[in-house]
Amino acid sequence: MTKLTFPFTEEKIRALKVGDEVLISGTVFTGRDAVHKYLHDGGKLPPGVSLQDGIIYHCGPVMMKQEDGSWKCTAAGPTTSIREEPYQGQIIHDFGVRGVIGKGGMGDRTMEACRQNGCVYLHAVGGAAQVLAECVKKVRNVYFAAEFGAPEAIWELEIEDFPAVVTIDSHGHSLHKEIFAASQAELEKRL
Amino acid sequence: MLAIDAVAGRTYLCHQLMNDLPESLLELIRRTSAEIPDDVNQALIHSLENEKKGTIAESALKIIEQNIALAKKKSQPICQDTGSVLFYVDCPVGFDQIAFSELARTAVTLATKKGFLRQNSVDSLTGKNDGTNVGPGAPALHFHQHRSPEVRVRLVLKGGGCENVGAQYSLPIEKLHANRDLDGCRRVILDAVLQAQGKGCGPGILGICIGGDRATGYELSKTQFLRFLGDRNPVAELDALEQDILKTANELGIGPMGFGGKTTLLGVKICAANRVPASFFVSVSYMCWAYRRQGVELDATGKIGKWLY
Repeated sequence: MTKLTFPFTEEKIRALKVGDEVLISGTVFTGRDAVHKYLHDGGKLPPGVSLQDGIIYHCGPVMMKQEDGSWKCTAAGPTTSIREEPYQGQIIHDFGVRGVIGKGGMGDRTMEACRQNGCVYLHAVGGAAQVLAECVKKVRNVYFAAEFGAPEAIWELEIEDFPAVVTIDSHGHSLHKEIFAASQAELEKRL
Repeated sequence: MLAIDAVAGRTYLCHQLMNDLPESLLELIRRTSAEIPDDVNQALIHSLENEKKGTIAESALKIIEQNIALAKKKSQPICQDTGSVLFYVDCPVGFDQIAFSELARTAVTLATKKGFLRQNSVDSLTGKNDGTNVGPGAPALHFHQHRSPEVRVRLVLKGGGCENVGAQYSLPIEKLHANRDLDGCRRVILDAVLQAQGKGCGPGILGICIGGDRATGYELSKTQFLRFLGDRNPVAELDALEQDILKTANELGIGPMGFGGKTTLLGVKICAANRVPASFFVSVSYMCWAYRRQGVELDATGKIGKWLY
């Protein structure tokens, strides 16, 4: 198990390889369909949000507003990442993103952007909303909540020992491609 | 609310049923969202024991087990995607479905306020999410009348990740060598497993309908999720196909979340419906490991008489 701690420098990211299990700590920003399309179409990040050497988390959390006006994260598992495939590569390049947390894996364009820019795809366990919400120690802020709705907003989260697996590294390897090819070959034998 | 006791041939008012129904529906939603049914939990525990020690598959299943325990303890959603809200209601002839639907919509709105459900329903034209989880088609309510007085309400919360990997095949499909026979069905179902990989949050459960039209095929495939995981299909051919798909899928090495491993599927449930001669659909719905399905039988006042799973 490797500890991966903010700031997520290129050196730390390049050291990671497909199959590594990591525990992530530091600031991350959620972003899913609406945010990705917006940024890809030339939208600006709101003041206070920087993705340079940062991590985007594909997540639409359940947040409860507390009496003092703060937010409590009550469920925060990853959402399916492949929907962001048309946008992700360019966003990694344009905003200096070093890590993308999600589930289900991503395609060739994202893999290539990871290789070129020094970024990794970090696969969290889908559906494990409670275990992962426990890793969210603080909800620092929320952006675009009115425009995109709560699940689609950018949430600034402080996470600690958040478990994930490197399934696309910065050296052109993808666990998803390997498993697909191997399972396809096994299936061929059984048809 | 007016209901007819068909067995005794009497008509009676169900005002009493209305009394406790809102609270019962709210509790049904809470429990469905926060607690995995026992049959599914047992299957997950078994697959954890079965995976090779020290693998990513084992780590993933351990996190899943921790998550199930934590969600129950905290009474919070197992998965943040609390999904499409699907009610299946068995009710007597004369049961007031309109009144029930109103109460169900109110219960869904309240459950969302309490955080049992995420604000999860979006206007498809404007993209707006009004935070109520109520709108055209949401929640979905399916009523089934029977000639006995019991009222049973089953609820399935089906997340978007697993819904997106569902697939409908129109046979024959030359590329997959799938003809209009059981072997053709087997080929397309296994193709759906291959294409889904870990994207639907495996280990998954397949609900399948052979036949029907494009709408009823998918509809019936989802009703398969109401079956117990350990039950056996009374139709011999379908039972054999279910066992075969389960065994074969678990030999492919896709594993939990697609990380590789022995457990790709926890169960396969198949039904068949008549089709028109020109069409042959195989509709495959995928349910994630976070298999949120519960049900209640209501007593005369609308209180929960017993839990069905």
